[in-house]
Amino acid sequence: MTKILNMQNISKSYYMGEEEIEVLHNVNLTVSTGDFLALLGPSGSGKSTMMNIIGCLDVASSGKYLLSGHDIDELDEFELAKVRNKEVGFVFQSFQLLPRMTAMQNVELPLIYTGLSSSERKKRAQSILERIGLADKMKNLPTQLSGGQQQRVAIARALVTEPTILLADEPTGALDQKTGAQVMELFEELNRDGRTIIMITHDENIARHARRVVNILDGFLTEKEVI
Amino acid sequence: MLLESIRMSWENIITNKLRSLLTMLGIVIGVASIIALITIVQGATNSISEEVTALGVNKITVNVRGTPLKQGLSEQDMENIAQVDNISGLSPTIPGTSNIVYEGKVKENVAVQGKNEVYFQSDSSLLQSGRPINILDLESKNQVAVIGGDIAKELYYGLDPIGRDLMIHGTTYTVIGTLTSSSRFSTTSNNEAVIIPYTTALRSLGVKHISSLDVFLLDTNFADDTVTDIERVLHSTFNYKENAYSIFNMGDMIESFQSMMSIMSLLLAGIAAISLVVGGIGIMNMMLVSITERTTEIGLRKALGATPNTIQLQFIIEAIFLSIFGGLLGLIVGSLVAYIATILIGVGFSIQLSTIALALGFSAIVGIVFGYTPARKASRLNPIDALRSL
Ligand SMILES: Nc1ncnc2c1ncn2[C@@H]1O[C@H](COP(=O)(O)OP(=O)(O)OP(=O)(O)O)[C@@H](O)[C@H]1O
Ligand SMILES: [Mg+2]
Repeated sequence: MTKILNMQNISKSYYMGEEEIEVLHNVNLTVSTGDFLALLGPSGSGKSTMMNIIGCLDVASSGKYLLSGHDIDELDEFELAKVRNKEVGFVFQSFQLLPRMTAMQNVELPLIYTGLSSSERKKRAQSILERIGLADKMKNLPTQLSGGQQQRVAIARALVTEPTILLADEPTGALDQKTGAQVMELFEELNRDGRTIIMITHDENIARHARRVVNILDGFLTEKEVI
Repeated sequence: MLLESIRMSWENIITNKLRSLLTMLGIVIGVASIIALITIVQGATNSISEEVTALGVNKITVNVRGTPLKQGLSEQDMENIAQVDNISGLSPTIPGTSNIVYEGKVKENVAVQGKNEVYFQSDSSLLQSGRPINILDLESKNQVAVIGGDIAKELYYGLDPIGRDLMIHGTTYTVIGTLTSSSRFSTTSNNEAVIIPYTTALRSLGVKHISSLDVFLLDTNFADDTVTDIERVLHSTFNYKENAYSIFNMGDMIESFQSMMSIMSLLLAGIAAISLVVGGIGIMNMMLVSITERTTEIGLRKALGATPNTIQLQFIIEAIFLSIFGGLLGLIVGSLVAYIATILIGVGFSIQLSTIALALGFSAIVGIVFGYTPARKASRLNPIDALRSL
């Protein structure tokens, strides 16, 4: 198993006027291909901050972060965008589908930024939607889909670029228990097929679906070995 | 990528139809007024130029006021002028006033002018019917006359005057032709005129001099040189007296008239362009609102791999779209307004391709200039803040 993500002594501080507040303290984390990792912590513990750094939406204040061989600190805005497009598939708590686009068009979206031709995009989007069980909903707008279906479309959108990691922030947060469980089943299935997943949650029951659970509390990481 | 940006911009515009339309309004008004103003002024300029040109651009007119000793030009003077280069013909005018009579009906104080064959050759539309004065008439000093339409009506009623008698200054002439109603811009009216051979006029009207002379040019490009040469001849003819004559070059007048009108149309277009700038500010405002509304969307696109350039391109294209659509709409509205106006004023309607290019080019530039700042703002949005804002 190859290491695809490596964080060494990552710290993150925010400035509130003059005052510097450190919200991540010397975090170390390694993720290998095929991992299914849950980042578990209460509100305000620094989960979203971690997710932003992992997903290259933000850069750490200090420390070293390697993702798929890219030294993230070294990259400029343009290169960061390319890394996000290629290496990271985001799944958000509130789905974040564009309301005026069909399921199909939403799934195609990241491929536009990859620079693929329209026909190639359609082919890929279609096959991933079929794979995820939404073959008959491709022309639906987000408002014409249930919450669970919307999140599945969002997952399809995250997967369509074949990213190195699937990065999910509270993916079941906006869903009822039953549909939430279905989404978790889908994640487990994707992981069995070799997909690397990092999932952020405050819910222990959800975290239980992962193979590894990393606890985060007040900006410190601790990992207990499971199984 | 460009194609995708265009598609995305287009979709955003049509989902906000009313707002997009209102945003475009400033550009529509700006472009419409530019097109309308330029077209109307151009139409008027063309119509006036055409009518004036019809009076003759290849013509220099010499008006003689004379001196106490010499009241006008003699035939000899005219021959001297004819020696000047670049002259194709001379048409003198012998001014006279006389009562004219046909079968006891008298018309008093009619302008009876002596002219030659060149006068009729210079403008084939002068003659309405009959024949013009020809060289034979001049050589033989024939008693023939070409008369204006009003005179034909007043003296001959419904009859065809050609071949009938006309008594001028006590002698009998034969009517050989009638004149066409004169142009609006002509200095003299042909409707009330009687024209006879100038040789006949010199002999029998009691006027012994030529008061004005139309000089027809071979090549209008050398009009200025010809004017100078004629001046030299006239100068010595009138013994170097000031103000004895004046020379009027029709070509000069048309040129200065046209350049005056084009300055005027530029001035008007410049004023109209101010509304384009106002329209541009409208576009900028709408773009800023739209970016604020779509903060989350922009954040999401960035998370999915949109680079700042891509985002900027998308918003600039949107601004250009708005301004170009506004420009096209303005083009249609402006053309319609100009079309109706030119019909009402009674001048020709034609839109120059350069006018269209100017208006559309200008509106595209407005789009780029006023779209740039909002687009840049969008491209710099931090995706984290953007995604949090929901
Ligand atoms: N831009 C910021 N400026 C200042 N402080 C911030 C900023 N973003 C986050 N923080 C602080 O960092 C800490 C961690 O925030 P974070 O959003 O990572 O928590 P979280 O674990 O995601 O919480 P939740 O489960 O409620 O989403 C919090 O104390 C928060 O106040
Ligand atoms: Mg959070």
